[in-house]
Amino acid sequence: MKTLKIEELSKNFGSTEVLRKINLEIDEGNFLVLLGPSGCGKSTLLNIIAGLETINEGNVFIDDYNVSKVEPKDRNIAMVFQSYALYPSMNVRENMIFGLKQAKTSKEKIEEQLEKVSKFLQVDKLLERKPSQLSGGQRQRVAIGRALVREPRIFLFDEPLSNLDAKLRVEMRREIKKLHQQLKTTVVYVTHDQTEAMSLGTRIAIMNHGVIQQNDTPENIYKKPSNTFVADFIGSPSMNLIKGILKESSGEIFFTANGSNFEIPVKRYEFKNKSNLDNKEVFFGIRPEHIYFKKSNESDFEVTLRADLSEYIGHEQIMTFDYANQEILAKFPSTIKIELAKETKLNFDITQISLFDAQSEERI
Amino acid sequence: MQDSLKSSSYQQLEQKSKYTNMFLRWFLYFILILFASYFIFPLYVMVVTSLKTMEEIRQGTLLSWPSGLNLDSWAVAWGGRGYGAGDTFLRPYFWNSIKMVVPAVFFSTFIGAMAGYVLTKWRFKGDKWVFLFLLFGCFIPYQAILLPMARTLGALGISNSVVGLVLVHTVYGIPFTTLFFRNFYVSIPTELVKAARIDGAGFFKIFFKILLPISAPIIVVTIIWQFTQIWNDFLFGSTFSFGEAAPIQVALNNMVLSSTSVKEYNVDMASAIIAGIPTLIVYVLAGKYFIRGLTSGAVKG
Repeated sequence: MKTLKIEELSKNFGSTEVLRKINLEIDEGNFLVLLGPSGCGKSTLLNIIAGLETINEGNVFIDDYNVSKVEPKDRNIAMVFQSYALYPSMNVRENMIFGLKQAKTSKEKIEEQLEKVSKFLQVDKLLERKPSQLSGGQRQRVAIGRALVREPRIFLFDEPLSNLDAKLRVEMRREIKKLHQQLKTTVVYVTHDQTEAMSLGTRIAIMNHGVIQQNDTPENIYKKPSNTFVADFIGSPSMNLIKGILKESSGEIFFTANGSNFEIPVKRYEFKNKSNLDNKEVFFGIRPEHIYFKKSNESDFEVTLRADLSEYIGHEQIMTFDYANQEILAKFPSTIKIELAKETKLNFDITQISLFDAQSEERI
Repeated sequence: MQDSLKSSSYQQLEQKSKYTNMFLRWFLYFILILFASYFIFPLYVMVVTSLKTMEEIRQGTLLSWPSGLNLDSWAVAWGGRGYGAGDTFLRPYFWNSIKMVVPAVFFSTFIGAMAGYVLTKWRFKGDKWVFLFLLFGCFIPYQAILLPMARTLGALGISNSVVGLVLVHTVYGIPFTTLFFRNFYVSIPTELVKAARIDGAGFFKIFFKILLPISAPIIVVTIIWQFTQIWNDFLFGSTFSFGEAAPIQVALNNMVLSSTSVKEYNVDMASAIIAGIPTLIVYVLAGKYFIRGLTSGAVKG
């Protein structure tokens, strides 16, 4: 039984297609993050799961039960919003029990739940306050509390941390992680922040233009991006994508960047399909953090590139090199001194590379 | 040497700018007082005239102070002289106006709130057009709807009645009240409605429990606007009612224009003030919310 299953789901707003044939499954207790740039349809998908938006095609199942035409309140879900959406005229207590009251829950049960949740979230001292008298972090907690008291099957979070300042955001992120560890409820979480997605999710679905690009564990998303969009979207700075061709000779496979004079052996790369690789136009993907200044593995491949630009950011520095007239970025500890406009020896960790077809931009 | 020279010239400049500022300030006050007296002047004339006897009015000037606190003309304006035919006084018409203005303000405000809520939080196909046509309602001149409205009231059997006037003012008020509430609710995050829907609240519950309690500023604006419009209306009142059912502004007109004998300026002035007092009271009581409510839509919060 899947806690949540989305089947061939499509959604249009007038003539604009927002979601196209989305298929998604979540097992009990998982933390799924919907990640993507703004306008990719992730919030619409969440609203559809909640029942706040109608569906054009496809179905949504919760516990194998088709809820596509079921009212939001009957879907056994709870949602936390970006703007908190606390009812301004009600105090914290009334905010938290509003849903239970609507569901005609017994007074004793309401009190019991309220006490349990407010203690758990440490808002039990704030029950008589109005939302306007709370700080951002407290509001967020109350909003989570309002979702918790209903003991839902699925928690939906719509960019819940975007309104907080940087420091509080990191704190609340950890709290949400703890919350999930303790309660083990299924979560669907929408964000455009990759750090949030990576640190919180047990699974991440990366979306772009209404299509899921990759639905995988955070580790696989980082290590084996399924196309150039994912490769580019995840990581800061993002993965270097160098244009070039593959050459096959006597069982060995090499990558040559356009206009470059050296070949990089890529025989250790796990190709999906080993045929027709000779003369294939590809993007060679390597993350800035996988370019080392000192050789650290036996397999590292040494190249000599010219340093063009240095960006110092305290604990590390980001260097831009010229790789046959293509920019390539590398991340080093800030203790390393590299002179600009000089040829520098670097080491590519070729166990960490990705290769993409230049036409389809898919991983090969 | 150089420094001390510099500092003394700075002192001179400082002194000079102080005098300039002082002069400008006094000039500003002078202008403000001038305009303020210009606006208060008619009210002053009305009040002092209403407190004078006819004798005093004939002998004194427009600005002269009354001899004492003579409220006779107020009593006449409000309650009449006590003889039968031709004695027009404001009391019954004042209550007519109250009976008209209270339900008309209530219904138009309520319907406007509801319409604003639907237009912003429950978007439907063609909602933009509905709003656009409602906006047209704000720009249709009163005169244009007199005839069709008269026919309608006749067909409904409520012409020449307070009920008919309530209907007219409610209908004519809806475009304005809807506009006010729509602009207010647009600034309220729709996520509130979504949260309430997930919590299981329906259409009416969301409106009454969540949106209406935070609408106080715009309700005040709407009430002031509608109250002033309806209370001060003369055209609808004089067109759709006569005699007993007329509102106060129509009665005021009849009273002032139909005096058969000598023009009683003191009674006229007292009547005019009585007819204007309720709007003044509404402004004084709710005025500070008025400005706040007018601007509240502009700032997100």
